[in-house]
Amino acid sequence: MKGYRKYFGKKIIWFIITFIAAVILNFVLPRLMPSDPVAAITGKLMSGTTDAAAVQQVYERYQEEFGTNKPMYQQFFIFCKNALQGNFGLSFSQYPRPVSDIIGSAIGWTIALQLPAILVGWLLGNILGALAAYVRKGFDKVLLPVFLFLGNIPAFGMAVILLVVFGVYLNIAPTAGGYSFDMIPHLSWDFIKSVISHYQLPFWSIVLISIGGQAVGMRSMSIYELNADYVKYSRFLGIKDRKIVGYVFRNAMLPQVTGLALSIGTMIGGALVAEIIFSYPGLGSTMYSAVTAADYPLISATTLIITIMVLLANFALDIVYGFIDPRVKAAQVD
Amino acid sequence: MKNTLRQVFHSPKFVGGFVIFAAILLLMIIYPLINPGDPLEMIGVNTFAKPGTYVSLYDATKAKYEPMRLADAEDKRLDAYLSAEDRVAMVEWFDLAGIDISNLDIEDTDALMDMWNDNYDPAFKVKGMTKAKVNYFRRLDNSIQQLQSADVIVLADTNEETGELEETGQVSKTDYVNVNSVVNVKFLPLGTDNFGRDVFKELVSAIGTSMLIGLLAGSVATLIGLTLGLLAGYVGGVVDDIIMFVTNVFTVIPSFVLLILITYSISQDQRGAAVVGGVIGLTSWTWTTRSVRSQVISLRNRDHVNLSKLSGHSLVRIVLTDILPYIASYVVMAFILQVSSGILAEAQLSMLGLGPKMTEVPTLGLMMNWAMLYSAHTNGSWWAYFPVILTIALISFSLNLMNTGLDQVFNPTLRD
Repeated sequence: MKGYRKYFGKKIIWFIITFIAAVILNFVLPRLMPSDPVAAITGKLMSGTTDAAAVQQVYERYQEEFGTNKPMYQQFFIFCKNALQGNFGLSFSQYPRPVSDIIGSAIGWTIALQLPAILVGWLLGNILGALAAYVRKGFDKVLLPVFLFLGNIPAFGMAVILLVVFGVYLNIAPTAGGYSFDMIPHLSWDFIKSVISHYQLPFWSIVLISIGGQAVGMRSMSIYELNADYVKYSRFLGIKDRKIVGYVFRNAMLPQVTGLALSIGTMIGGALVAEIIFSYPGLGSTMYSAVTAADYPLISATTLIITIMVLLANFALDIVYGFIDPRVKAAQVD
Repeated sequence: MKNTLRQVFHSPKFVGGFVIFAAILLLMIIYPLINPGDPLEMIGVNTFAKPGTYVSLYDATKAKYEPMRLADAEDKRLDAYLSAEDRVAMVEWFDLAGIDISNLDIEDTDALMDMWNDNYDPAFKVKGMTKAKVNYFRRLDNSIQQLQSADVIVLADTNEETGELEETGQVSKTDYVNVNSVVNVKFLPLGTDNFGRDVFKELVSAIGTSMLIGLLAGSVATLIGLTLGLLAGYVGGVVDDIIMFVTNVFTVIPSFVLLILITYSISQDQRGAAVVGGVIGLTSWTWTTRSVRSQVISLRNRDHVNLSKLSGHSLVRIVLTDILPYIASYVVMAFILQVSSGILAEAQLSMLGLGPKMTEVPTLGLMMNWAMLYSAHTNGSWWAYFPVILTIALISFSLNLMNTGLDQVFNPTLRD
């Protein structure tokens, strides 16, 4: 247990450090830019107004509201204090709705869509990779190349293709939204059915593109393991093939977990853009509308939430990895 | 070097990827030579013209006619002009008149017309049929007869003095015009987009810009990653600790988020293609740093490096002559992947509306963004978005294929 404690302790400290760095970056980056966002917002809002005094007044009012007239370090502490209380200010585009409210209603959709999709894609990809390495034949010659090509289609591209084929031409799936637009979210059989039918296309568009990349990694790891000395020795000892294969794939899976941790940020980024295509009511669509409406508080809060989500996913994977790979514990004890 | 190249070009995967990539590059270079001009020129007045050859209707009437008797011309005409509604109405009449329609195929225009001509009788009365319905079938018969009759289209000019129409010519059903003799013909292989721009021309130009963005992003990322990786790996100690700390932080923070934060902070008119490429490079170097560092660490204590150190060679020289050549293949592979992910990152940014300036150059992402904004995907204009998706996929696929091929050449354990 001592080994685990050390490993998890290290991971938690690391998580906290990256978390602080992420918050600082999220705060500093927009403020480092030569252009003044408050001036830009004022400019956008007041375009067409010629009265300089009025523009100046609005500018100062916004400076007050965002606190940009205070020194940087003070701004940072105010930002942290508010963020800890879940207060991200008011949205511009959906004024006077608080940003935290908008994000709160979007985040559930995104997690419910992306978490299962990424996991299913990862699982199917690993199965395909293992089959391609062990069975070969059709899996290696046909299925793997097909999914490798599909994996190169950007997430939003796959989303458009699925939408056009199944939503527009075949007309068997809804084309937009997270549920039928004539419904109000409530707990009923009809509503759940509507949510599930709207769920299909975004879900499969993420799954389909992630299979190829995972499969090719799993395939090369499996081939590497299949040629390892312990496999030859086990065969020599007369251990059943089935048992050996079990060991091989367990070993080959481990780097795949790390691979998932490394690629999860990219995958979430791609999937967020795919949400826009379906107007799925998640964070991706929220961010899109925030960008088009120049809704500054909303953008900065969305990016922060996404960063935290990715950090948490990474942290969870690290913990899982610690449990499934006993070597991690052994390394910490030394 | 020569040997390595020969080995690389023996890998079927690398060659496959290289051929696709070279084909795209060739298209990018040659097409503007054949069809020069501004790719953002708005030639169409309406949005989303279908792909095909466009012939000036005005010039066609002025061109020299060549009468021809084509056996299937009349059938084709009927096929095209007889609408689905009319067909259904005809079958309905047959049904009402009690004619056996079990063998009738509604798509078979010939059989349908024969049956109509044989059986239709305006005097025939169906019990209970309203007057309006009877008249409807009369009108239907009229229009069908008109389709069959050999009428001509009269061309007329307004007489400037009297203001009356004067016949200047006739176009009959057997008149044909050679496309080559029509003065104005425009071939649009992929139609036009929402602004009425030639999609194919725009796409070729967009491939160029996107490649440039990818190259720039890849170069910036590789340069930063290589420098940091070499420093961290070779110098070690505190330098290594600091660099690895920063790298680890930036590995976990999604680069997509950094990209959004930075590009949003740069105002739209300062956001040229080069700026976007540079910013993408600035946010995606971590992966290169990590792999270069681990390679350098494994090289650091090799005999030839130690020998160089004993000979008193400078750090720069040791890194350049004793270490860099050994990791060159890795750097090239990393660079290829960076280019491919740079192109993708630009597309995603543009989809969010954070891409390069819209008015100057087309990029693959901007084309996609325009197509989606004008809902090309729901109104059936596949030519506005599908070629763009396919191009991104092909570029990325070819680069990844080349990378896999290189990997198999330089990593013998991965060979099958």
